[in-house]
Amino acid sequence: MSYIRKPKFQHPDLQPNALGFTRRDYEGTLTTLCGGCGHDSISAAIIQAAADMSLEPHRVAKISGIGCSSKIPSYFLSKSHGFNSVHGRMPSVATGANLANKNLHYIGISGDGDSASIGLGQFCHIVRRRINMLYIVANNGTYGLTKGQLSATADLGSITKAGDESLYDNIDMASLAIELGASFVARSFSGDKQQLIPLIQAGLTHKGFAFIDVVSPCVTFNNTDLSAHGYKNTWENYVSLGQIDFVPMREEITTSYSAGKDKEITLHDGSVIHLHKTDANYDPSNKENAINHINTHKKNGEIATGLLYIDQSMADFHELQDTVDKSLNELNSSELCPGNEALQNINQTFK
Amino acid sequence: MPELVTTTKVNTLPKTNDFVIKFANVNGSGSASANNMFAKAIFRMGIPVSPHNIFPSNIQGLPTWYEVRVSDKNYLGRREGIDLMVAMNEQTIQSDINSVIPGGFVLYDSSKPLSEGLIREDVHYLPIPLKDICLTEFEKPSQRQLFKNIVYVGALAAFIDIDFNVLTEMVSDQFRGKEKLIAPNIHALELGYQFARENFTCPLPLTLERRDLTSDKILMDGNTAIGLGCVYGGATVASWYPLTPSTSVVDAFDKYCKRLRKDPKNGKNKFSVVQAEDELAAIGMAIGAGWNGARAFTASSGPGVSLMQEFLGLAYFSEVPVVLFDIQRVGPSTGMPTRTQQGDLLTCAYASHGDTKQILLFPSTPKECFEFAADSFDIADRLQTPVIVLSDLELGMNEQICDPLNWDDDRQYDRGKILNEQQLDEIEKYGRYQDIDGDGIPYRTYPGTHPSKGSYFTRGSSHDANAAYTEDGDIYAEIMDRISLKFKTALNYIPEPEISSLGSNTRGVIYLGTTTSAIKETLDNLQKKGISLDTMRLRGFPFHESVRDFINEHEIVYVIEQNRDAQLKSLLKIECNASEEQMFSILSYNGVLITAQQIEKEILDSLSTSNNAGEISA
Repeated sequence: MSYIRKPKFQHPDLQPNALGFTRRDYEGTLTTLCGGCGHDSISAAIIQAAADMSLEPHRVAKISGIGCSSKIPSYFLSKSHGFNSVHGRMPSVATGANLANKNLHYIGISGDGDSASIGLGQFCHIVRRRINMLYIVANNGTYGLTKGQLSATADLGSITKAGDESLYDNIDMASLAIELGASFVARSFSGDKQQLIPLIQAGLTHKGFAFIDVVSPCVTFNNTDLSAHGYKNTWENYVSLGQIDFVPMREEITTSYSAGKDKEITLHDGSVIHLHKTDANYDPSNKENAINHINTHKKNGEIATGLLYIDQSMADFHELQDTVDKSLNELNSSELCPGNEALQNINQTFK
Repeated sequence: MPELVTTTKVNTLPKTNDFVIKFANVNGSGSASANNMFAKAIFRMGIPVSPHNIFPSNIQGLPTWYEVRVSDKNYLGRREGIDLMVAMNEQTIQSDINSVIPGGFVLYDSSKPLSEGLIREDVHYLPIPLKDICLTEFEKPSQRQLFKNIVYVGALAAFIDIDFNVLTEMVSDQFRGKEKLIAPNIHALELGYQFARENFTCPLPLTLERRDLTSDKILMDGNTAIGLGCVYGGATVASWYPLTPSTSVVDAFDKYCKRLRKDPKNGKNKFSVVQAEDELAAIGMAIGAGWNGARAFTASSGPGVSLMQEFLGLAYFSEVPVVLFDIQRVGPSTGMPTRTQQGDLLTCAYASHGDTKQILLFPSTPKECFEFAADSFDIADRLQTPVIVLSDLELGMNEQICDPLNWDDDRQYDRGKILNEQQLDEIEKYGRYQDIDGDGIPYRTYPGTHPSKGSYFTRGSSHDANAAYTEDGDIYAEIMDRISLKFKTALNYIPEPEISSLGSNTRGVIYLGTTTSAIKETLDNLQKKGISLDTMRLRGFPFHESVRDFINEHEIVYVIEQNRDAQLKSLLKIECNASEEQMFSILSYNGVLITAQQIEKEILDSLSTSNNAGEISA
């Protein structure tokens, strides 16, 4: 497939969004991943999410590490700049990029090998630093590009296609993110677009560090009946917090909601997240609750999904650093260089 | 009345403005500021001086030394042979006393008698009961400890004729805002001064005479100068991980940014300093920021530079500007973290796996640290590749006399080839790695520039001229060749070597960085023996054609460097086709600055063993 050029044909019925762009304007190059790979569904969800919320494609920067997951940024938003960096080090590159220009949207795409093993340290620290970005882990419990070794997110007892059993407990990226101070944490499944798309939209809109752990089966190496990250297990043990809708700031709210069962969260720009039929006792602003919820389902062999945690009061990195409103990469020499007179005064202090 | 242990039977030749005083202290005893005050007082008397810290990797308790060379002739390298030792550390006192030259002096705390084994017949002792004086004069335990250092500085003022007013002015300067501390400090100075005057013949035959040789100079360390250079060069992002001896680079940047880079309207920061979780993250952040159009740097030393290798290859191959300051220390591994070396030359020149080459700059003075730091951002932006500035602990952490820093207010930053929205509108098709100008340097765009043109995918995997992924070997080779071409163009932006040549010499010396401090003294000494040498100080890598010419024009070149494996010599052989027979290595790798005496001796030895010594031009 990688040798085929993607046709530029647009179906005449494609509806333009508020910016006049159609879905095609948010696509990337043709995928080179295996047919049926969960990662392609993530690309499709990002494309749909960005088109529906009328994101300006060129105001997005996509950054990834290394691995199958890190190829994903090629397959969406070709009008955005992308950076496929070093294995496990996407967080640092994304941090630097965000430092240079705080006025863009940042989408970081990583995998379980990339973020839970080689890059676990950088993952922890980007969460702590509260970089304003959407960080997606395409989580398949295996190393695809090197042909199917177990990863650190593979559940205890999970067995790969090659028959290797995971002897160690897994790292749960969502509860880790909550623990470390991420202000928006969700889990979803590449197979559940209804849930994933609004979560991506909400994550992109959220001011601060938004994390989505997306179970994304590897059809080639980790999709047997015995692999925890396979389609079968995920569908069977998938526990959702309920239907979710994202209403961008500029759109009128038209759907009606049933009282009592629904929750409404207004984001900083006025956009709204609607949580339908959510367990009335589930409070996504309660950290301990969220972690308990994940652990309880894990004990039952279930995967807790949905918007697990949100805190809109946290300052993001630039607020903590108190940087100027203009992005740092726009400052020119007259704004940055203190000039010779100041330097001569400094010389005097070294006399 | 203190007991004068012994009077030497060796004559002391009087010396004026030409001696070495060494302080042997215990780390964490508060000696550093007293010793700094001593050196700076000499500087303020107009006399060239060079202090060298020889300190442990430790917070408290281990031995530390401060060596001050005074030289009218501006010989500011290290010199072995101590004229006066301030022996304040019982752990090392034996070897400290042994390092004093015959006829030299030992100042020690005579509150406790000196053991007999420490008594040499050929040196003068200057016993001062520092502890007892402080015990009588000061109440607070901390002051009793700290002021011992100030008392010996006061005594030295009497011994070598430091202008006492200069010292009191310095105390007033140092404690501006903490006026309560001025009087007790001056009192401590006076106690030492009086004691020396009353008990010894002052001054000693080591005396200072006021000169006017430093009034147009400053006394600054290289790391401070780099930090300032980054402020002036327009750096906005500094990401780093603490590592001796590089830490003070970012400290200085942060300090001057807080002073000079606040938005006057709202006090917000026009900079960002991030302490990373490790050196990988530090350079990753700098590369991310550089990719997105901010001037970014990181500072580190050997162990950190080892960790940064993979990222340096990414920045080389994907052509992202970034600046790395490597303040070298003794390796390999943890090595001697608080000692100096020029040991990262090869690891930096070809940093990262695969075919790579990196731009290196070699400053040798704080002024050059400032200038090269500012220039490095222009060079990195222009060439779209990492620039590594190779300093070392000696230059980074010791104060050195140099010319004042200067900035041309008409200077504009060279941001290199960047297309803005309007320029993108004007071109038909943009390709990130197309060599439009034939100089090997492509055009880049920042994220967010244009709604439909100029976006591209940056990657460390093989790519074509339009930044698309490719596994076509021929296209890969074309990109690699184009990057080679870029490194030829680089010579237009890298500082030329500084060459001093008579044209008739058959022998020359090549050196860089802190080795420079010993060169003037070496040449003067050899000149007195009728030997003259041409010199070339390297300032950047890749090497210019003039480096090859210099080697070819001389029968023998001495390559002087501070590492075991003659890394600079290797680099010259690889890059300039220099032959082994032509190159004579002079190496120093004991962790302290190379001396003129060593260089001179090795050159003289080579001449006496050389069969054609007669050919040397006098």
